[in-house]
Amino acid sequence: MESSKVIHAFYNDDEVLMDAVKAVKADHHHIEEVFCPFPVHGLDKAMGLAPTKLAITAFFYGITGLSVAIWMTNYMMIEDWPQDIGGKPSFSWMENMPAFVPIMFELTVFFAAHLMVITFYMRSRIWPFKEAENPDPRTTDDHFLMEIPVNNNEEELTELLARTGAVEINIVDKH
Amino acid sequence: MSHYEAPIREPLVLGDKSYHDITEDIAKPIEGKANKHWYIAFGISLAAMLWGFGCIFYTVGTGIGVWGLSKNIGWAWDITNFVWWVGIGHAGTLISAVLLLFRQKWRMAINRSAEAMTIFAVFQAGLFPIIHMGRPWNAFWVLPIPNQFGSLWVNFNSPLLWDVFAISTYLSVSLVFWWTGLLPDFAMIRDRAVKPFQKKIYALLSFGWSGRAKDWQRFEEVSLVLAGLATPLVLSVHTIVSMDFATSINPGWHSTIFPPYFVAGAIFSGFAMVQTLLGIMRKVTNMEDYITRLHVEYMNIVIILTGGIVAVAYATEFFIAWYTGSPYEYYTYLSVGAATGPYAWAFYSLLFFNILTPQLLWFKKIRRSFIWSFIISIFINIGMWFERFDIIAIVLSKGHLPSTWWRFEPTFVDVGIFIGTIGFFFVLFLLYARTFPVIAQAEVKTILKSSGEFYKKRREQGIPSKPAINVTSSTPEISVVVSEEEKEEKLNSLFSKVGIFDPSTQTADDLKKISGVGPKLEGVLNGIGLYTFEQVSKMTKQEYDLLDSITGSFPGRAERDNWAEQAKNLLNG
Repeated sequence: MESSKVIHAFYNDDEVLMDAVKAVKADHHHIEEVFCPFPVHGLDKAMGLAPTKLAITAFFYGITGLSVAIWMTNYMMIEDWPQDIGGKPSFSWMENMPAFVPIMFELTVFFAAHLMVITFYMRSRIWPFKEAENPDPRTTDDHFLMEIPVNNNEEELTELLARTGAVEINIVDKH
Repeated sequence: MSHYEAPIREPLVLGDKSYHDITEDIAKPIEGKANKHWYIAFGISLAAMLWGFGCIFYTVGTGIGVWGLSKNIGWAWDITNFVWWVGIGHAGTLISAVLLLFRQKWRMAINRSAEAMTIFAVFQAGLFPIIHMGRPWNAFWVLPIPNQFGSLWVNFNSPLLWDVFAISTYLSVSLVFWWTGLLPDFAMIRDRAVKPFQKKIYALLSFGWSGRAKDWQRFEEVSLVLAGLATPLVLSVHTIVSMDFATSINPGWHSTIFPPYFVAGAIFSGFAMVQTLLGIMRKVTNMEDYITRLHVEYMNIVIILTGGIVAVAYATEFFIAWYTGSPYEYYTYLSVGAATGPYAWAFYSLLFFNILTPQLLWFKKIRRSFIWSFIISIFINIGMWFERFDIIAIVLSKGHLPSTWWRFEPTFVDVGIFIGTIGFFFVLFLLYARTFPVIAQAEVKTILKSSGEFYKKRREQGIPSKPAINVTSSTPEISVVVSEEEKEEKLNSLFSKVGIFDPSTQTADDLKKISGVGPKLEGVLNGIGLYTFEQVSKMTKQEYDLLDSITGSFPGRAERDNWAEQAKNLLNG
């Protein structure tokens, strides 16, 4: 059962936390997770997290939206029921394209924004009725919590964490 | 020195604040009770809203004929109000998106409320075209869906349809932008909540936000990309609204400067409305330390800039109308004809409210004054309403043929619906101010060290923002947290002594009567099953220790305050 134990180290300052993360990494310990009340710049790099690819997905969602808009305006205005509106007949999509620019733009933004946010929610597992997973309520207020798995090295870890300025250290059984 | 900011910059967060103080300040209006002023304001708004709904039902039930429209003036108050509300809705996304791209830190205190204002204003705006259709139950005909007329589709060449797409995209994107930013703040309220119902509601609203490092990384990227998408979006919306007029063949409407001029006007009116709302809100919710003179001044600078663009556009319109020499241009909304005709009062109101009063903001004293900014913002709100009224009603009142000339007079229904939307808007905003974190507290915490007054002063004295670590004196408390099974065992042994509370036969006592027990601790005690003085009175040293080891909160307090003795006295007394 030793391996399911983790250490929860609490910090109450973002700069102290950053130094602590660097110190723990330098000592070659694996940091399972850090819970923060607000974004700490550079924390992801210090923890060794890979950069997020959400912006790239947004680009492709935008392309999808643009394609949908082109297909939709072409199908509805040119192919399915072409009309002569105000002496401007609907013979070819290219010739009518300037009138479709607003629709193409809006759908690009619509698809990119919404699909990116949905991807974010799915990837970070946040949605209505989802139970929160932060181990301590203080982590949304003013405390930062670093979670480190224990492999028969409690003493060494607690000593290291105390040195980095942790204000509270708990050893917890994680199921 | 990641938190360095030039000392010459004024602080954005006043007072001696810690991260926890920010939490407390933002949570206070939600956790506290509303005062009398709130109820009075809410009552008035609700009455106005209901009156407006009555007028809407009357319109829909009887027909558009109850408005002051005629065959010559088919748009008047309704579209004026529509454009006015959409314009107001422009500041929110501008503040949160454009100012984010420009890395303006002062946006953080005001973006939440400005976005709320945007969303509520767009609701009001959307009402008008839908009622104006006359048969609002057919409103879905504007959607490109297969229908009963064979495949007769919507007309993608029409600016009115562009509007449908632009405004619904704007509303929905603003909504998810706003909500995503709200998640960490809802989580903060959730984790503080004492009442179970409140906790449940905020747990639902926060979507289970946990604040992992990876979540924050994604959160920041999503915010940045959404800002990049929303910036052209916000400009496109009012551009398209202006095309409702500019693509027509009416003199006074078919003007190529309308798109940039309308966008500037929208930002102008939106910032004025933000100024109005925040002027009230900072007082009511005690946010004086977060919404400061500096914020007011920055917003006033945006107002001068966009108001200046609007003034130049007016001058251009007036000059061009005269310079064309065309008789049809003689009675556009900015022309000699308008200045001397029956709508001269509307013409001069426009110039007074929109062009003259904002010039006061050139004086530093005035643009840093809360009360002056508030008054001027109200004037601009009125002025921007007149701008849309003039563009629509004055232009339409003198058509190409004298036989189409007509003077628009609003009926009580026109006025009633407008007042109703103002009421509806304030109903939503007042509810928001009581239930939502009105300031993006997670974001404000990130600028506390660079822009907070406390840290700025310390930096001047050469004290670093990072607290010193002193291991020998502040060795952390190291504890082994009990597992669930162990906790269960302890609870059983506790309740075997004090007895289990049976809600069907017993009533819960007010444990707060025990000195040393506050609402928070009472919640903890109720949470594990302690409800009555009788239970508490049976506790001894052994049970106190059990209680401490289970709850982990307020260790030693029960013994120190001798709860059992107190509970016995309360039972007998």
